[in-house]
Amino acid sequence: MSRILSALFLGAVLLFLALPLAVIAAVSVNEKKRLLFPPVGFSFAWYGDLVGRSEWLGPVTNSLLIAVLAAAVAVSVALPIAYVLWRHRLRYARALYAFGLIPFTLPPVITALGFMIFWNAAGWSGSMTNVVLSHGIFLVTLPLVTISLGFEGLDRALTEAAATMGADDRTILRTVVLPLIVPYVLSGYAFAFVVSLNEYIVAFMVAGFTIETLPIKIFNSLRYGYTPVMAAVSVVFVLVAALVFGLIARFGDLPRLLGALGPRDR
Amino acid sequence: MTPAHGVSLLGVTKRFGAVTAVADVDLELPAGKLVSFLGPSGCGKTTLLRIVAGLETPTAGQVRIGGEDVTGVPTHRRGVGMVFQSLALFPHLSVGENIAYGLRIRGVDAAARRRRAAELLDLVRLPGVADRHVSQLSGGQRQRVAIARALALEPRVFLLDEPLSALDAKLREDMQVELRLLQQRLGITTVIVTHDQREAMTMSDLVVVMGHGTVQQAGPPLAIYRSPVNAFVAGFIGSTNLVPGRPTGPQQVAALGGTFRVPGLPPNIDGAVTLSVRPEDVVLHPGGAGGENRVAGVVTFVRDVGASVETYVACAEATIVSVATPKDRDAVHAGDTVTVELPAAACVALPA
Amino acid sequence: MRREDRRAAGAAAGLAYPTVMLGTLFAIPLGIMVVISFFRKIEGGFYEPVLTLDNYARFFTAFFAQNLVFSLWVSALAASIAVAFGFPFAYLLTRLARRWQVPILVLLLCVLSLSEVIVGFSWSVLLSRTAGLSNVLVWLGLLEDPEAWSPSLAAVLCGLVYLAFPYTVLVLYPPLARLDREIVEAARTLGAAPATTFATVVVPMLRPAIVAAAVLVFVFTLGAYLTPQILGRPQHWTLSVLITDQAVYQANLPFAAAMAIFLAVVGLGLVAAVLVLARKRGNAA
Repeated sequence: MSRILSALFLGAVLLFLALPLAVIAAVSVNEKKRLLFPPVGFSFAWYGDLVGRSEWLGPVTNSLLIAVLAAAVAVSVALPIAYVLWRHRLRYARALYAFGLIPFTLPPVITALGFMIFWNAAGWSGSMTNVVLSHGIFLVTLPLVTISLGFEGLDRALTEAAATMGADDRTILRTVVLPLIVPYVLSGYAFAFVVSLNEYIVAFMVAGFTIETLPIKIFNSLRYGYTPVMAAVSVVFVLVAALVFGLIARFGDLPRLLGALGPRDR
Repeated sequence: MTPAHGVSLLGVTKRFGAVTAVADVDLELPAGKLVSFLGPSGCGKTTLLRIVAGLETPTAGQVRIGGEDVTGVPTHRRGVGMVFQSLALFPHLSVGENIAYGLRIRGVDAAARRRRAAELLDLVRLPGVADRHVSQLSGGQRQRVAIARALALEPRVFLLDEPLSALDAKLREDMQVELRLLQQRLGITTVIVTHDQREAMTMSDLVVVMGHGTVQQAGPPLAIYRSPVNAFVAGFIGSTNLVPGRPTGPQQVAALGGTFRVPGLPPNIDGAVTLSVRPEDVVLHPGGAGGENRVAGVVTFVRDVGASVETYVACAEATIVSVATPKDRDAVHAGDTVTVELPAAACVALPA
Repeated sequence: MRREDRRAAGAAAGLAYPTVMLGTLFAIPLGIMVVISFFRKIEGGFYEPVLTLDNYARFFTAFFAQNLVFSLWVSALAASIAVAFGFPFAYLLTRLARRWQVPILVLLLCVLSLSEVIVGFSWSVLLSRTAGLSNVLVWLGLLEDPEAWSPSLAAVLCGLVYLAFPYTVLVLYPPLARLDREIVEAARTLGAAPATTFATVVVPMLRPAIVAAAVLVFVFTLGAYLTPQILGRPQHWTLSVLITDQAVYQANLPFAAAMAIFLAVVGLGLVAAVLVLARKRGNAA
């Protein structure tokens, strides 16, 4: 009896989660601009507009470029912190780790405002580099947590064993640590990439009037000139996210990445 | 076979903040011999091993290998081979790649590495698994791979940190013999950390008993067993009966409500002493017979474990345990009155 | 000891780059923001370096104080709903076999990565009069006429709960996944039905985790910016909306900074309080 209730509850919640996705998908293939229920007409035309018209292609390219670079920046800052914390257990590394958790834990408007004021004061704002750097720092938390979780599962004796076999610190890093931590680095990168693609407020406040990222374009489109192309874009992005996370799940241990214990942890 | 190197520890001390893990240890570990660091958890034995390996730097004192001062030399230049308690086999490398790791970072070519790995796998009696993945091996097999890996670079010293603790009892006993034979064959100076005194007794040329960060006693296994210097060592090595007593004259101790002749009692001792008598030396006489070094007691518990029988006897306020094989023993049962004899030759007097 | 000191120094050198990045690109912006919050705004959109508490004082005017209270209240409500549903959901999720867990986790991650604007848009459609849930109900014969359920407070709450839900589940996932199964089994052998076990064993055991999650989700929903605008009327706009409005459209950076600092203090203060309480309870246990 309770199993049926559990299944119903799970199903209801999953339905709740899936409804908006279904709506966007429906809007994206709706023939007319306005969506009606029951739906009338079916068309992939809006997807065509996405690549065909530069007013959309531009923001898409911007978002992709920013995401690729910003995720790299985030990982480049997170990896040394996680490594030093695990290998040497320095108190300073722990402090940096705690500090690195803050950008993403705060309500984003605060970080966004901070960046806006900062770039204005520095006399340099509105360019892609501003957005890349801002996103890179804003998203540090994600790879920081993922990579640290990865290190948690590594036996520190591995580095000691390598040392007894003649490996100095740099060799240990290259031949033992990095090969084992790469999956977590990649998934941290993937999380940061996906979040950057969909991020609105930091990008808006740092360079919203000069650079249109996709979320900015979508919001503007909502306010000033609604078109279902924004739904087509969203479907594509959701599919990208599904692909990325699906790949991580396929090749990695997704439950473990999200905090569950691995098979050898107990 | 590379010539053997001895290890010297001179005044080695290690402090972690306010905690002293190792206090002023002086030890000579002879070349080519197997030494055990034995003691309960927290006694400092693993810390001492790690100091020899260079994984910890001593707060004070010196470490010498083969006469050379290596105190300031980092681990990767010390030429030690180590087997870790968790084995620490590289999960991303195959068995052969694990074993040849040290050779690879030294630039040895692939063919030579494969040959050496095969050689070592033969040595540890695990041939043909070089291409398998570590996760595909059983616990005992992984153990051998760890040993092979540690020996790959022909180290001067071979260190093992509780190497057999993860194995089940039968496997552990077999591995003890194998490890000992391997060590003797290679003639390599070996140090094993263990908390299992039977393991230490089985395998070692020299046993170092540690407690509270200091060396309590160091010597050949039987010497330590027969002549422990204090109650800690006596209680840790094998089992023993520890009986409190008071000296009442030359070679005489009053204990358990009776008088015992103790030939080894130091002449000018005053204050209390502890008598240590091994259970297998205790003699039980059914009924109440008189004689030297005997007191009366009542049997409280008899445990028959097949190969031997343990008898628990209450004498005065103490419980004496006697162990005898079923063939030597007169049958006694709980509740019987017996006479317990602690033969003079078996009594060891220890400071209280 | 020198070797260990050299080691530590080498390690610290590896932290130079992250320190510079986080220092210049995070610590300094925050610092500047704190300083500016005390400056005075002058006409034309700039500010002069005169220290004043006016910006913080404006908080206590009716309009902003009301808005602050409203923001806190609506976030608290959304967080409570999200946790109330999210905790049982996460618990059931962790009891599933892995091959069911993984697709659901992927779904949660996809939903979490949805842009706030997309979430707002799709819920505005779902709650609209022409193509929403009410149309479905009319079609099923359960409702007479279709209704517009957005923009409204309920719509905003719906959007916020939707945004917060995946985050809630992912925050509760680690402690629930690590829950010792044998404890639940022990309760079972003592006669507790599954629901009873959940209510009397799991929930009390994980109370610290639930509280921590609630606080994190609360702070998370405080950050919602587009949802109140898309799904709500101006009276439903939360603090994040006001901050951006002041900064970008009213060109009043000092006041925006003051509000942002206040929000940050509240957010971080709550998180820190939860962490301290968790450590205390851990020590007492």
